[in-house]
Amino acid sequence: MADVIALTYEISPDDFTRAGEASSDVKSKLKQVGVSPAAIRKVAIAMYEGEINMVIHAEGGKITVEISPTEIRMILADRGPGIPDIEQAMQAGWSTAPDEVRSLGFGAGMGLPNMKKYTDEMNIETTLGVGTTITMVVKI
Amino acid sequence: MTVKDAMNVLGARVLVGEEHLDREVRSACGSDMMSDVLAFSKDHSILLTGLCNPQVIRTAEMLDIVCIIFVRGKKPDETILEMARERDLVVLETGHRMFSSCGMLYAAGLHGGAI
Repeated sequence: MADVIALTYEISPDDFTRAGEASSDVKSKLKQVGVSPAAIRKVAIAMYEGEINMVIHAEGGKITVEISPTEIRMILADRGPGIPDIEQAMQAGWSTAPDEVRSLGFGAGMGLPNMKKYTDEMNIETTLGVGTTITMVVKI
Repeated sequence: MTVKDAMNVLGARVLVGEEHLDREVRSACGSDMMSDVLAFSKDHSILLTGLCNPQVIRTAEMLDIVCIIFVRGKKPDETILEMARERDLVVLETGHRMFSSCGMLYAAGLHGGAI
């Protein structure tokens, strides 16, 4: 079996303008290893939404991306407040983001629905006051 | 149509990517909310927006958007333009409002793509 490439990123909560740098890096690495444009697009959108969420809601965290010959697995772990009601958070348009975030172009309540839409598997583990880990898989 | 066609329809000005004006565009998306753009945008798209921050460029990058048009005379700063250059994007600027810009492009044959 071929090697799995693992990439790890620390997501800083301090600077919204830098949010998306990790997704950008993953996108260019996937291009380098010859993953199809369709799969790259799905990974890029899903991870970017997740990365933005970590900056907006969770004061940063860690993203691990594992690239195998058959799938790309993204694990986004934060130490944020947790999600009280996952079903509600999954509804398109539901958002708890403050107006300040909306003025930056996010917080439309499309983040989690987009992440689900663009991935083949998505699992959310969350504990209030402890943090949230979202695992997403795109098959290639 | 090409980026140049869209530019002529709007009487827009090129800020970045003069060398890529012959690129083909097949659909467009107009929004100030980047999450909506991420949800609905198609391949070979134009993004029309009045939002002026680095996340516009990153959103375009994730979606392989061909051209960003800043509407209502919004002027992106040099940091934003430099990010666009690094990513080989075309950036245009028009004084038209969002609604008018979308209407003019739609009338010229550019549609939103099926949902």
